[in-house]
Amino acid sequence: MIALADLLYRWPGQAAACLDIPRLEIAAGERVFLHGPSGGGKSTLLGLLGGVAVPERGSIELLGSDITRLSGHSRDRFRADHIGFIFQQFNLLPWLSALDNALLPCTFSARRLARAGNAREAATRLLTHLDLAADAWHKPAGELSVGQQQRVAAARALIGRPEILIADEPTSALDAPRQQIFIDLLLAEAKAEGAALLFVSHDERLAAHFDRKIALCDINRAGTVEP
Amino acid sequence: MRAILTLAVKSAWARRLTLGVTLCAIALASALLFAVERVRHDARQSFTQAVSGVDLVVGARSGSVQLMLHAVFRAGSATHNIRWESFAALATHPVVDWAVPLVLGDSHRGFPVLGTTPDYFRHFHYSDRRPLVFAAGQAFADVFEAVLGSAVAAELRLEVGDRITLTHGMTEAGPGHDDKPFTVVGILAPTGTPVDRGVHVNLESISAIHLDWVAGAPLPGLAIPAEFVKKFDLQPKEITAFLVGLKNRADVFRLQRHINGYRGEPLMAVMPGVALDELWQTLGMIEQTLLAMSALVVVIGLAGLLATMLASLNERRRELAILRALGASPRELFLLLTAEGLLITTLGVAFGLGLLAVGTFFFAPLLQAHFGIILQWRLFAPNEWLLLAAILATGLVASLIPGWRAWRMSLADGLTPRN
Repeated sequence: MIALADLLYRWPGQAAACLDIPRLEIAAGERVFLHGPSGGGKSTLLGLLGGVAVPERGSIELLGSDITRLSGHSRDRFRADHIGFIFQQFNLLPWLSALDNALLPCTFSARRLARAGNAREAATRLLTHLDLAADAWHKPAGELSVGQQQRVAAARALIGRPEILIADEPTSALDAPRQQIFIDLLLAEAKAEGAALLFVSHDERLAAHFDRKIALCDINRAGTVEP
Repeated sequence: MRAILTLAVKSAWARRLTLGVTLCAIALASALLFAVERVRHDARQSFTQAVSGVDLVVGARSGSVQLMLHAVFRAGSATHNIRWESFAALATHPVVDWAVPLVLGDSHRGFPVLGTTPDYFRHFHYSDRRPLVFAAGQAFADVFEAVLGSAVAAELRLEVGDRITLTHGMTEAGPGHDDKPFTVVGILAPTGTPVDRGVHVNLESISAIHLDWVAGAPLPGLAIPAEFVKKFDLQPKEITAFLVGLKNRADVFRLQRHINGYRGEPLMAVMPGVALDELWQTLGMIEQTLLAMSALVVVIGLAGLLATMLASLNERRRELAILRALGASPRELFLLLTAEGLLITTLGVAFGLGLLAVGTFFFAPLLQAHFGIILQWRLFAPNEWLLLAAILATGLVASLIPGWRAWRMSLADGLTPRN
C-alpha cells in the first residue's frame, strides 16, 4: 500500500539531508504507529507522502503508483482521491457545520463521492460511530470542543473510504483520558473501512493498540533536525 | 474548481463584516468617481448645447456667468431687471435683426416659467443650430396660454387643452396665481436643454397675473378677474433679459460695446459662446482635479481591500493548509484569493453604480434647478466603460497580490501551517 525506497530529502538551501530512508513498507489495512521526537522530520515525511513535497531521490509508491513521477496537479488529485489527513488541531473550516466539514472530501474528489454512496448518510454514520452527538452536526465547527472537532476531522478523513489514513499528532490537543478513547475510535473505524493507518506521534505511550510500531530514527539514516 | 469557488463564497460570507465594510468603501468610491465623470460630461454637454444662433444675451450688469445661468439655463435669479424702454431702444438698433425679451420669476410646480414673445420659438436655437419644434399644438397667441417643454408635459402628464396655474417665485410653496389659470396650447419636442423644463407664456400674461400684486405679494382687497385684464395696459415695465440676433455677425463687438456703455441704465451683453468658454476654463481645472481626486479615492478603496485580504491571509493560513490536504493545488488557492478580491471589487462597483442611479434620481432635479446641468438617463458612455474597466483592472491587480501570497504560502507550508 505504501512503499518508500531509497528516499532522500533535503530542505532547500541545506547541505545535510533531513530524511534518508532506505526502506519503509506498510501493507493495506495495516495500522502503524510512527514515533519520533518533535522536529525529527515527521511532518516532512507526511508532506512527501501527501505529495506536497518531492524528494530529491527515491520512490514513493502509493497503491502501486510512484507519486514522485506524477505532475504536481496529479499528486494533488491523488491526495484528494486516496488519502485522508488528520492534523494536530484546527482541522476544520470553522465557518462550515460539522456535517459539511465531514463532507468536504466528497466535493473535492469524485472518486470519494462515488465510494461514499449516499455522502450525507455516510457522513452521519461516521459521525455517529465516532460518538458525536447529533445536536452538534449542524453547529459551525468553530463552536465545537477540541475533542468534538477531532472526531469530525476523523470522519472527514474516513469518508469515501480512502485507502490511506495519515494522522499527525491528532491527540496532542486532547487531555489524557480522551486521547486513548480517540485512538481506539480511529483504529476501529480504520479497520472497519479497511484503510491503512499511519499514526505519527512523539508520545510512545499511545502505541499500545497498533499493529506495528516504528521509530523514525530507526528507519531514517539522516540525523538532522528540521528547521 | 467548482468546489473551490463554492468554498470561496462561503468563506467570504463568514467574513462578511470586514469584507462588507471594504465593499462599501469600494462602492462609495466608485459611485463618487462615476458621479464626477457623469456630471463633468453632462455639464459640458448641457453647456455647449443649450443655446445656438443667439449672438448676444443682454441683462442687467452682473457677472457674465450669472447672466448666462439665469437667461439661458433658467437657474438662479437675476439681481436687477431691465427697463422696457431700454429694451425697446436697443431692439431697434440698426444692426439688430431680432430681439426677444425674457421675463423670469414665476414657476409651475417647480418648473420655471418664461415670459417671452412668440418670436422666441422662431429665433431660439440649440445644439447645432437646431430650431424648436412643436410636438403638439402651436405657439401661444393670447394671454393665459402656455407652451410646455417636453419634460414638463411628460412629468406632469399634461396635454394640450389642460389647465395649469402658476406660482410666484421658484418654490412650489410660493403664493399662487390660482385666480388666473392658463391653458396649454402647445408642447415642444424634446431638446435635451433647459427648454424642456420650461413653461412658456407671453409677456402680457406675466403682467396680467401680477396686475393686482405689489412688491411680490397680492394686494389685499384688490382682485382683478381674468376676464377684465385686457382692459389694462399689459406691456411689461421691466424684463429680466433679452436675446439678440444680428443682421451681420461682424457687428457683434460694436453692439456689445454699445450695450455695455448704455447710458440709460447699467447693462451688459455677453456672447454665449465666449461666456461658456470662460465658464468652462474656470471649471476645467476644478473638473480635472475632482476627477483625479475621485480616482485616488477608488485606489484608496482598493488598497483597503488589499490590506484586508493580506491581514486575513495570516488567519486563513490554516484554512489554506486544510484545503491543500483536501487536494487543492497551489494554483487553485491562488485562484481562490484572486477570485475573492475580484468578487468584492465587482460587487463593490455594482453597488456603486446602484448608488449612482439612486443619487442621479434624487439629485438630477437639484442640479438642473441650481446649475442648469441636465443629467441624462442613459447607459454607459464610452468614457465610463473605460473607467469601469480601469477600476476592475486595478481591483484585479490588487487581488493578484493576496493570491500570489497564498500560492507562496501553500508551497512553503505544505500540509502544516507555520505560525
